[in-house]
Amino acid sequence: MSKMTLKTEGDTHIIVTRRFAASPEAVYRAHTEPELIQKWLLGPQGWTMPVCINEAKPGGKIHYEWRNAKGEGFHITGEYVELEPNRRLVHVERMFLPDPTPENHVETRFDADSTGTLMTLRMTLPDAQTRAAMLATGMERGMEASYVRLEGIL
Amino acid sequence: MESHLNLDAAFSALADATRRAILARLASGEATVNELAEPFEMTQPAISQHLKVLEDAGLVTHRVDGTRRPRRLAKSGIAAMDQWLEMLRKALETNYDRLDALLAGIQEKKPSKGGKR
Repeated sequence: MSKMTLKTEGDTHIIVTRRFAASPEAVYRAHTEPELIQKWLLGPQGWTMPVCINEAKPGGKIHYEWRNAKGEGFHITGEYVELEPNRRLVHVERMFLPDPTPENHVETRFDADSTGTLMTLRMTLPDAQTRAAMLATGMERGMEASYVRLEGIL
Repeated sequence: MESHLNLDAAFSALADATRRAILARLASGEATVNELAEPFEMTQPAISQHLKVLEDAGLVTHRVDGTRRPRRLAKSGIAAMDQWLEMLRKALETNYDRLDALLAGIQEKKPSKGGKR
C-alpha cells in the first residue's frame, strides 16, 4: 500500500494521489458530509474548522473556515460543478488570505482498487504563476515551523 | 556573483508572497527578469527589486550569458523550496492519516446518520 504522492504536471496542474483502506463510498462520504469533514480536513496540529458548509449537489456551496488557538484563521469558498456519487467530485475553490486567490479547479476521483480506494486529486490553476504562488502560500500555515527547520539547513 | 546566505535577510525575503512566488517559479528553471516580469504582471524594476532582496539573502543567484542575466535558485533557495513543498506534503499527509482513522470507524459502524453532538 503506497503512501501519498504529490507532483506537478504541465504548467498548471498539481496531482495528488492517496490510497485508503475503505470503500469509495466511505471516502466519498468523508469528503461530502460536514460532520465528517470537520474531523480530518484540518491541516497541521492545532487547527479546527468551526465553519463547514458542503452542499453536495451541482452548484452547491462549499465554505470552510479554519482557526487556531491564537485566534488566527482563514477560509475558502467554492461551488460544486459536477458530482458522480461515490466516484467523482468537481468543484472550484478560492482561498481568502484575506484577499481571494485565483480559482483552483479541483477534480477528485475515487476509484476502487484492490486495497480499497485510490483517490486522485487533480488541481488546475489558471496559469503557471498562480500555481507557483499557491505552492508557496499553501505552506504559509506551517511557515513558523518551516523557519525553524530552515534554520537547521541553512 | 557569489552568494552566501544571510539568515535574517533570508527570513525577511521569504516573508513576502511575491518573492516566494518568484522562488517557486525559479524552482522550475532559470528565468530572466523579462521572463519573470510578464506572468507576474509587474514592472521590470519592481521584479528587479525583489530579485535583489532574494540575491542579497543568498536565495537566488544569476549567471552572465551575453547580455542576459538568467536568475536561478541558489542552494539555500532550493532548500527553502523543498521545505515549503515538504510543509504542504506534511499538511496533506496529516489530513489523510486522520482520514484513515475516521474511515476505519465508518467501516466498523456502517453508515450511521445519527452522530451529532
